[in-house]
This record gives sequence, structure tokens and C-alpha cells, in this order.
Amino acid sequence: MIQRIVIVVLLLLFQQSPLKALVAIDITRGNLDPLPTAISDFYFDDSIKADDSIRKSRLDKKIPELVQNNLQRSGLFFPLEKKSFIQKPEVAHATPRFEDWTFIKAQVLVTGKISLDKNQRLRVEFRLWDVVSAKELSSLAFFTTTENWRRISHMISDKVYERLTGETGYFDSRIIYVAETGPKTNRVKRLAVMDQDGHGVKYLTLGNELVLTPRFSPDNKYVTYMSYFRNLPRVYLLNIEAGIQDLVGDFPGMTFAPRFSPDSKRVIMSFAKDGNSDIYAMDIKTRVVERLTDHPSIDTSPSFSPDGSSITFNSDRSGTQQIYTMKSDGTAVKRISFGEGIYGTPVWSPRGDLIAFTKFFRNKFYIGVMRTDGSGERLLTENFYQEAPSWSPNGRVLIFYRETPSDDKGRGGNAKLWSIDLTGYNERMIETPTDASDPTWSEILTKK
Amino acid sequence: MKLVKISFIHVAVLLSLFLGACTTAQKATAPAPAPAPVAEGDAYTGTDTVKFLADGVPDRVFFSTNKFNLTTAAVNSLNKQAAFLKANANLNVTVEGHADERGTREYNLALGEKRANVVKDYLISNGIASNRIKVVSYGKERPANPASSALAWSQNRRSVTVRPN
Repeated sequence: MIQRIVIVVLLLLFQQSPLKALVAIDITRGNLDPLPTAISDFYFDDSIKADDSIRKSRLDKKIPELVQNNLQRSGLFFPLEKKSFIQKPEVAHATPRFEDWTFIKAQVLVTGKISLDKNQRLRVEFRLWDVVSAKELSSLAFFTTTENWRRISHMISDKVYERLTGETGYFDSRIIYVAETGPKTNRVKRLAVMDQDGHGVKYLTLGNELVLTPRFSPDNKYVTYMSYFRNLPRVYLLNIEAGIQDLVGDFPGMTFAPRFSPDSKRVIMSFAKDGNSDIYAMDIKTRVVERLTDHPSIDTSPSFSPDGSSITFNSDRSGTQQIYTMKSDGTAVKRISFGEGIYGTPVWSPRGDLIAFTKFFRNKFYIGVMRTDGSGERLLTENFYQEAPSWSPNGRVLIFYRETPSDDKGRGGNAKLWSIDLTGYNERMIETPTDASDPTWSEILTKK
Repeated sequence: MKLVKISFIHVAVLLSLFLGACTTAQKATAPAPAPAPVAEGDAYTGTDTVKFLADGVPDRVFFSTNKFNLTTAAVNSLNKQAAFLKANANLNVTVEGHADERGTREYNLALGEKRANVVKDYLISNGIASNRIKVVSYGKERPANPASSALAWSQNRRSVTVRPN
């Protein structure tokens, strides 16, 4: 259902210098002073005639605006007012007069050109300039169609982010979540997918049955989720392109809390039998099922480490909900959470070094991170109710959902998606057309 | 020296008065001690939200926070359900397990499953055939009371025995 977009050519115009730019962002220390960034309007060059309909698309304004929104939302960039810009877009794109940009306190500058090549393909080129050291940092051109301008804008944003932070970007990615409507006692829930900036919401199910906890496969081809189809709560697999849904396994009871293995070949989940939930893995192709935990307590919320060697999960075998790790064959089970309160929904970071979690302590819910041995616990945000963090593809941002309390008539309660940096800064709500919960971030759509 | 001693005694007397007052106040509001072997915890004991499978047969039982053991009140209700099911041998039921909203979604699904199964097991031990009872967990997805209050949460930590439609 998600349209696959093929970028025809990625043309590297200038080799990136192996030396680090003078201007660089240290993203490990919080975003206390975001980088002053000038994002110039792009321009249509002479290959696009004055009466060409492409000019009506206003992509010369819309692409830089979207790049600016992305960079600003990351909290690492401070976009400067466009009206303070002195140079015209086409002049700046050729060679900026750096004094003009230093004058308005810009440290980096983004410029761009939109043209048509000989075969009438739309070409969007951007350049990133280091104003302080007066040189070009990177430059890239994309061939595309006008309809794909958002993807192009996200890819440009990723390139800027990557060049200045030294980390991979996360703007060319999507979020799957559960769209919620209706009264709290009889909520209607639908699977929904959107760009990471909240644009282009598409609904994948109709809301006839309750659906929960959708997760993308790392190859972005599948979604696994739980559905109450025919009132039998089970884990399903959705092939996004073919639009085909499949039951995962043939279990004589509830299956829930699914997640993919890093190679997208297996689904791990809980299976509840006679009141006892244990963790199982199923190979998608062979349908072979493997039982990974065997304990009379509740074992749920499993999540693989990015190298596939380990699994973190949630268990109350100690008497309260705590976080555990084990090898991916189910051996070497070890409790790692020992702080005050109870812990749930552990998720291994894509960098492998941290586990994000939900914590409930003294009537408040927290989103936090700890190292994979349980040390270095750090709580990022506290609220009445919030849970289920999911990592951005580069492991720098967490998305989760937050609920507000309802009054005695059930009014006032809502559920929204929020994101926060790993640093604990830059907490933001992500606008959605309806209430929303259970968000999961996809991998970057165009893998290198 | 003497003065100091007196003042100490005064303090002690005041303290004991204060503590005494506290103790009596507590006694006045505390509920009658439960005769049951099972602790009632913070399980709901009222009748609001309760529906009936038949005259005098409550459809639901309530649980304490994060618990799935049956309270005395729950056992009483389930005895009535078992008698009702014995008297209506052709009736099958589904036991729904529910949790309050103060827990993570996935854990609550497992907790609801545990609660529903405890009820099913109790009915089986009272002579109801296991193939007459289905269980389904809704976790925190279907609260009976939508409010975010201790009362609502206690009403939502429940199992509900329902007849199929």
C-alpha cells in the first residue's frame, strides 16, 4: 500500500572532503545552542520555461520549507528568517558571497536549483555551504517527479543532517501507529501510516476490529500487529505492497506483542496459554515455531538486539514487572532493571548500546533509557501516562504515546504521539488527524 | 532542671494524646476486618457497573491492582455463576479478562488473560466442563468506567462472564 519510490539517479557532484567541516554539531550534549542555518529558496533554471506548469508547483519554495521544518524539529538547527537574506537564490547557489551570510549570523547555508534534463526529467540539486570557513560541504542532485517532492525534501534534510552531525539521518522514514476514535469504553482503532513529520496519513485497516501494536519489518516490506479479527486476538503479518494479511502461526490462544528480528525473517511475540504468557519466535517462511521462555510468570514485550544475538523482554517472575535480557535462543536469562518502580516495554536501540523502556513509579509514567546491562538508567520524561517508546532509525530520537486523564464522565482523555531526543531535550507532539497510540518508526526508506 | 523535666513529660503526654486520637480516628473509618483468607486489597466491592447473567447472578468479579487471585467476594459471585451454569447445561460462556489503564498495553493483555483463566479454572473446579468456557483478554482496551480515578480503575480490573450473542 505504501508507494515505493525509486530514485533514478543519485548524482554525487562533489566528493565529500574527508576532513570534518569547521561547522559541526555535537549531538551528544543536548541541543542547547542549535546551529544558525540559512535555508535559501531554491530556483527554477532556464531549462524550465516561464509558462511550464512545473513552475506552478512552487517547489522552489516548498522543498526548502520542508527541509527547514525537518531540521528545525530535530532541535539541532536554528533556521534564520528568510527576509533577512540578501543574496538571490540563483546567485547564492552558484557561489555565495559569504560575507552576506556571515552578516546575518548564518553558519551554514543550503541552496538549490530545480531544472529539467534533456529527457525532461525533473532534477533537484542542492548545495550545503560552510559559511564560517567559506567553502562547499556537499552537493547532490536527485531525479524525480513533482509528486515525489516530499521524499526529495526528506532526503536532502538527511544529507544536511548527516554532513553536519556525522550521524545518519532519519527524515526519509515513516511511522506506523494506531489511530483512535470514539468513546473510551468502545474505542475504534485503525492501523495508520504517515511520514515521520506527520504528513500523508493513510489508513491500513477499516476499524471493524481492534488492532494494536503495529511494527515495521526492518526491510520495510511487512508490518506485524495484533488484531481481534473474529474476536480471536492474534498476531498478523501484513505485506504492505501486496496488501495481503496473514495469521502468524497457528496458536490455540492469544498471541500478542510482536516484533521482527533484525533480518526481517522472524517474528518474536508472546503466546498466552491457560493464563501463562511465554515468548515464542516464528520463522516467516518456514512457519517453524520456537519457544524461547518457559516460566509460569508473564513474559512479554520481546525486542531483538540489532545484531540478532540477544533479546530483551518484560517479565514479572521476580514478583513485579522488570526488564530482562537473554540470548536469542532463550538461554542466559538475566534481570537488568533494579531501580524503584516497575518497568515495561523494553526496546533495544538500533546502535545496540541502550534499551529504552517505560517506567511506573509513584503514580507517574516515565520514558527512559539504560545500558544493556541495566546500568546508567536515565529518565527522559515524566507524565500522567505514557509508554511504548520506539527508536528513530539512527537511534537519536524516541517516539512514544501519551494519554491525558479523563474526568468522571470519561471526558478530557486523549492519546497523542510525542517524540523526545535521547538527550532528554526537544520534546514535541506529532500532530495526527485523530487520537493516536502505539507508534513505531520505520527504517530509512532508501537504504545506502 | 525540674522545669525541663516537666516540659518533657508534657511533650510525652501531648504526643500520646495525639497518637491516641489518631488511632481512634483510624478505627472509626476502617472497614470491618475481612473474615476471608484472601486479602481484598484494592479490589472493587460495590455493585455499580455490575450486570446480571440471571436474577442474583452477577456477571463480573473484581481484582486488586496487578493481582489475579480471587477475593472472597469474587468467590461468592463465581459460586453463583457455577450454580447458574449447572442449571443451564446447554449454555456456553466467554470469560473476558480486563485490566485498568495504569499499565503498559502488552503486559495488561497478559494480565487480563491470567484473570480470565483464574475465573475459568474456578468454574471448572466447581463442576463446569472446560469446553463450555472460552476466555478472551481485552487488557485495558475496554474499560467499563472511562474515568481516570481510583474508583474507575478498581471497576475496570475485572473479569466479565458473557453469554455469546
